[in-house]
Amino acid sequence: MTSLFEELQPAAAAEVQTTRVDIKINGEYKAAQIEPRLLLAHLIRNGFRLTGTHTGCDTTNCGACTVLMDGAPVKSCTVFAVQANGHEVTTVEGLATASELHPIQEGFKDEHGLQCGFCTPGMMMSAKALLDENLNPTEDEVRWALSGNLCRCTGYQNIVKAVLWAAAKMRGEAPPTFGAPADDSADEIADDSAEQPEERSDEAAIADDSAGGEG
Amino acid sequence: MALDEVKIGGLGASRRRVEDNRFIRGKGNYVDDVVLPGMLHMEILRSPLAHARIKSIDTSAAYAIPGVRMVMTGEMMAARNLAWMPTLSYDTQAVLATDKVRFQGQEVCAVIADDPYIARDGVEAIVVDYEPLPPIVNPTQAMADDAVLIRDDKVNQNDNVIFDWEVGDRESTDRAFAEADTISEIDLHYPRSHPSPIEACGSIADYDRSTSKLTVYMTSQAPHIVRAAVSMVAEIPEHMIRIIAPDLGGGFGNKVPVYPGYVISILASILLEKPVKWIEDKTGNLISTGFGRDVYLKGKLALRKDGKILGVRMDTVSDHGAFFSDAQPSKFKIGLIHSAFACYDIPTAYLTNRGVYTNKAPGGVAYRCSFRVTEAMFFQERMVQAAADDLGMDQAEFRRVNLVKDDDFPKRTPFGFLTDSGQYEKCLQIGLDAIDYDTFKEQKAEAAKRGRLLGIGISTMTEPLGAGNSREYDILGIKMFDSAELRVHMTGKAILRTGAKTQGQGHETTWAQIVAHELGIPAEDIVVEEGDTDTAPFGMGTYASRSTPVAGAAVSMVSRKIRAKARKIAAHLLEVSDEDIEWELGRFYVRGAQDRGVTIQECAMAAYSNVPDGMEPGLENNAYYDPPNLTWPFACYISTVEVDPLTGVWDVIRMVAVDDCGVRINPMIVEGQIMGGLTEAYAMANMQFITFDEDGNCIGSNYMDYLLPTAWETPGFELHEVVTPCPHHPIGAKGIGECATVGGPAAFVNAVMDALKDIGVRNIDMPLLPDRVYEAIQTGQDVSGHPPVKNR
Repeated sequence: MTSLFEELQPAAAAEVQTTRVDIKINGEYKAAQIEPRLLLAHLIRNGFRLTGTHTGCDTTNCGACTVLMDGAPVKSCTVFAVQANGHEVTTVEGLATASELHPIQEGFKDEHGLQCGFCTPGMMMSAKALLDENLNPTEDEVRWALSGNLCRCTGYQNIVKAVLWAAAKMRGEAPPTFGAPADDSADEIADDSAEQPEERSDEAAIADDSAGGEG
Repeated sequence: MALDEVKIGGLGASRRRVEDNRFIRGKGNYVDDVVLPGMLHMEILRSPLAHARIKSIDTSAAYAIPGVRMVMTGEMMAARNLAWMPTLSYDTQAVLATDKVRFQGQEVCAVIADDPYIARDGVEAIVVDYEPLPPIVNPTQAMADDAVLIRDDKVNQNDNVIFDWEVGDRESTDRAFAEADTISEIDLHYPRSHPSPIEACGSIADYDRSTSKLTVYMTSQAPHIVRAAVSMVAEIPEHMIRIIAPDLGGGFGNKVPVYPGYVISILASILLEKPVKWIEDKTGNLISTGFGRDVYLKGKLALRKDGKILGVRMDTVSDHGAFFSDAQPSKFKIGLIHSAFACYDIPTAYLTNRGVYTNKAPGGVAYRCSFRVTEAMFFQERMVQAAADDLGMDQAEFRRVNLVKDDDFPKRTPFGFLTDSGQYEKCLQIGLDAIDYDTFKEQKAEAAKRGRLLGIGISTMTEPLGAGNSREYDILGIKMFDSAELRVHMTGKAILRTGAKTQGQGHETTWAQIVAHELGIPAEDIVVEEGDTDTAPFGMGTYASRSTPVAGAAVSMVSRKIRAKARKIAAHLLEVSDEDIEWELGRFYVRGAQDRGVTIQECAMAAYSNVPDGMEPGLENNAYYDPPNLTWPFACYISTVEVDPLTGVWDVIRMVAVDDCGVRINPMIVEGQIMGGLTEAYAMANMQFITFDEDGNCIGSNYMDYLLPTAWETPGFELHEVVTPCPHHPIGAKGIGECATVGGPAAFVNAVMDALKDIGVRNIDMPLLPDRVYEAIQTGQDVSGHPPVKNR
């Protein structure tokens, strides 16, 4: 049982009307005694301590708080926690298993679909909702499906590529190789089967040490 | 055999980012994710009025709410000499208002409670009685003879002017204009904008009475500056302050200044002896924290018939809001606005700037730019296009006539900066070829058949990135160098710390690549840490594209110090003298006997187990880097747009970007930076701005009014490159994070203006909203976007 108000002073706790909610979150059944006005985003973050779900704007515009409720994307900053009572919620923490990343997560890393990482969880959850419905989206369909999620860093182009990459992988195809040269350095992308070009593009010029010299 | 640099994740490797491993799992650690035992929560009451005298504040109803611990007022702050704080621009800024409120959204009270919801209830319960005063929302109002005095708190401040500043040579510029065949003039406004990272600001202050130590988790791009500022403002010894900037959800300049919320949370923690968390909401962020731009220009170019620019005159007025709290190098009142026209060969120039107070939020920051260079380059490229049109010259040819030639470097800019390298014409030509410039007329005719107006816009610019050399760049006297500290462990793994602070740029990945390049230690063997003032070396933080030019150079230099020591160890291990040792990536060997060698890892082990006599053990060092000059990336952005004359809506058909940022450490990350920058450029040209109505209400106080492009609106970008290594940077790199935001807006606006050229429209102020474009098409007149606007 999670109580959100365990640290309240007795006087404050006595004032607060609470109600019980039961939510299946990332496959686990959880219950909480909460104030009815508590937003789902805050129950997830502060009550369940799943801090991958971010709150960015408070007005349902930025989508950093996007989670799946019974498989459909919702912006958890404008859903009351009580509205999730009896429902199943999936957050970003529910995407990967202990040993394996979800293809969407792999795609975001491989295609440089994130920079500061703040919008990323919501972006990936919206992408999951799309790919759960449509494993073969066009670029326009991806852009439309993500149009409720704001990103200030990337310009979206690589996010779109990341989702298309994931879609290909989920279809069982070799993920496409887009513009950025593959990463030849040893790294921990879970899937080694992804086809990546052996040679790095010549454009990626190696520095001439003589440019500055030692000193 | 030397190592393959790309294989070990060195320079030029599109190494996938190590920080992503936590972000994609939802395991980032942003300020709001930090929970401390017994933590209280703070909310701020903000002024609903832009200008008003505070008659009374009644906090009793707030105190009556169970769970409210404390309500802080300006009076309480004043009793501790903290009602006002110094700004980074030698002004003062109210922490909590005492006498007047001077902009909508100003901090008036703060409530500290057991829970953020209760704190918010407390804010709602406070009653403030205001006596409204006339609000001032633009410089014309501010400078009117009968204007009400905004800063009546300041002794000797008798009007709303903050400063007058000038740069350049007035006399020779006047002569150039007297000799000109043609003078081209244009008036422009770069509207106020907000960096608006998705994560707003916040802090958790934790004062521990038992150790006298203050720890503050904070959304800061420059934690060491904050430590110094807090030490001075709150009179806490600097060694008793630890600022931790954890993961930042974007910054873009917004998280450089010290905001009242941070200071209030610190005092609250000291008074209550509990950790106090303040997480700003989006509206608070948009209406009260560091904005960008808000500069007006009267621009003139003196022209010869053949297109040669003979002189530049720029008269600018900047609107700083209620307090002069710009985060800019202290020597330059209006940032580096005088970097304008740096890529053109122009004999003389003169610029004036007047800064004024208004009843708007303070905090002019370098919003994804190197201190007002965004305004400089936008004004420059709009003036250039207007001049080409006035002369009836092709806009590409006009630029070609005036661009600095490759063999003219080093070259003084018209306002006195020293540029050191570039291949400007090559860059322009790549852009023109990519966009099929030669066939544009046919493309335009084809669009006309469909009833659409096609336009093409060019923007070429070089900008000064990487403040900077300590002769010229300081903030409040603190020189703008930066630092790196490298510790190589005995097994050849390493930890690197720098004085910069990543906020999405990927330092954890790229700094390791620089070390890999210098030492041959694989990038994956190097962990990078930033943002904790107790562990990181002193640095000025990350903004103004200064990380790679300054901290990145320090990473190179500290690695070279490590290599120099390792060389001595290698000589000892190989039993030869230092002079007989050669270096190849990752390995020392004996000259003339390449198979006799030791790896850097073997040297590391020896540093802890077998050092030569007289040598200090260990393999650690640090470097403070003071760059000899700024770095000068160059870019050419070319856009084609199609305007629908029936609606005023314009679509980007193509956007070609050619960037020269010197040597690219990680090409994937560089391209990511460019695309992000182009998107902010598109945003400013198309939809994103903060404005005010005549009552001083902020229009753009939330994401329903402050429009940011989504994946749906954002156009695709085509990227190209030129590589001119920076001659003074240790690895030849230059800044890149901001180029596209700086140079991009003019390409879009020039394209729309090109489309409307035939109907006699010369300028529409940004953003080019459909209603503004429609009005221009209907009236054939220019459209101004100055505040105040009608409230919707």
